[in-house]
Amino acid sequence: MKEFKVKVEVKLKPVVLDPQGKTILTALHNLGYDEVEETRVGKLIELKVMDSNAERVIERVKEMCKNLLANPIIEDFVIKIE
Amino acid sequence: MPNFGLVVFPGSNCDHDCYHVIKHMFKQECEFVWHEEKNLDRFDSIILPGGFSYGDYLRTGAIARFSPVMKAVEKLASEGRPIMGICNGFQILVEAGLLPGALIKNSSLRFVCKWVNIRVENTNTPFTHLMRRGDLLRIPIAHGEGNFFANQDDIRKLTENSQVVFKYCDEEGETTSQSNPNGSIENIAGICNSQGNILGMMPHPERCCEETIGGEDGKAIFESLISWLEKSESQALIRTHV
Repeated sequence: MKEFKVKVEVKLKPVVLDPQGKTILTALHNLGYDEVEETRVGKLIELKVMDSNAERVIERVKEMCKNLLANPIIEDFVIKIE
Repeated sequence: MPNFGLVVFPGSNCDHDCYHVIKHMFKQECEFVWHEEKNLDRFDSIILPGGFSYGDYLRTGAIARFSPVMKAVEKLASEGRPIMGICNGFQILVEAGLLPGALIKNSSLRFVCKWVNIRVENTNTPFTHLMRRGDLLRIPIAHGEGNFFANQDDIRKLTENSQVVFKYCDEEGETTSQSNPNGSIENIAGICNSQGNILGMMPHPERCCEETIGGEDGKAIFESLISWLEKSESQALIRTHV
């Protein structure tokens, strides 16, 4: 058994408007950071998983994302494992 | 007499309003059902009330959809019994996949609590069959995540199958962008499944059934539902006697 640190990034799909991101973009522009062209806000979910097999961890976390952590209608997810 | 089940999740807060309307105003059988219940067979119709189930953690409705009671709700829905999700109840129904689409943050980023107008788009449901297409209801909303989203394919299907039940509109019944309180695609305020027995809506009909609290347009929805249930009850009675 090994401890895996898994990071799940959940982001709104590009087709879904992100009003939070837009508001932050406006605030950044107001502060003079005119070089910023786009801001999208997502979530970071960190998991500590005990398992012996890294591949299985990824498979299981994928399943968790589809079932609960992300809503496939509006969100995409990226899994990073350490 | 129709028997209503009113599901209570941890964080529901419109359950007592619904109970008051169904039990005290319409004098129907109504019972609170804790979300851990697994059998709802005794009920003719189920209401998922508004609130903040599980504190809206992760996404609105995302945790509540895994409550044990939801399997039973699915069973009743598949038998054609009317299921109505109001506000957070709507959010739970889309998370559970019983209705298409998703409800995301209001485009204003604000929690919006105000009276709006909605237009009846489909009268071929248990919840709207006593109304006429184009009828306007003045009704309150109170939500931070009521912005209905669905991909183009789903929107096309919703339109083709007349699954859009209510749209936000102005006082003349025009679905303008100014009358859209949350950024919902096509001003959608409520939808049903393709069979028409599952309704999800963001506005709160239970909050406008008495003139003393500002309006009573919400009554039309409960009247429709009760009359539909009474009709199907008497039809079932006829069937058992034939």
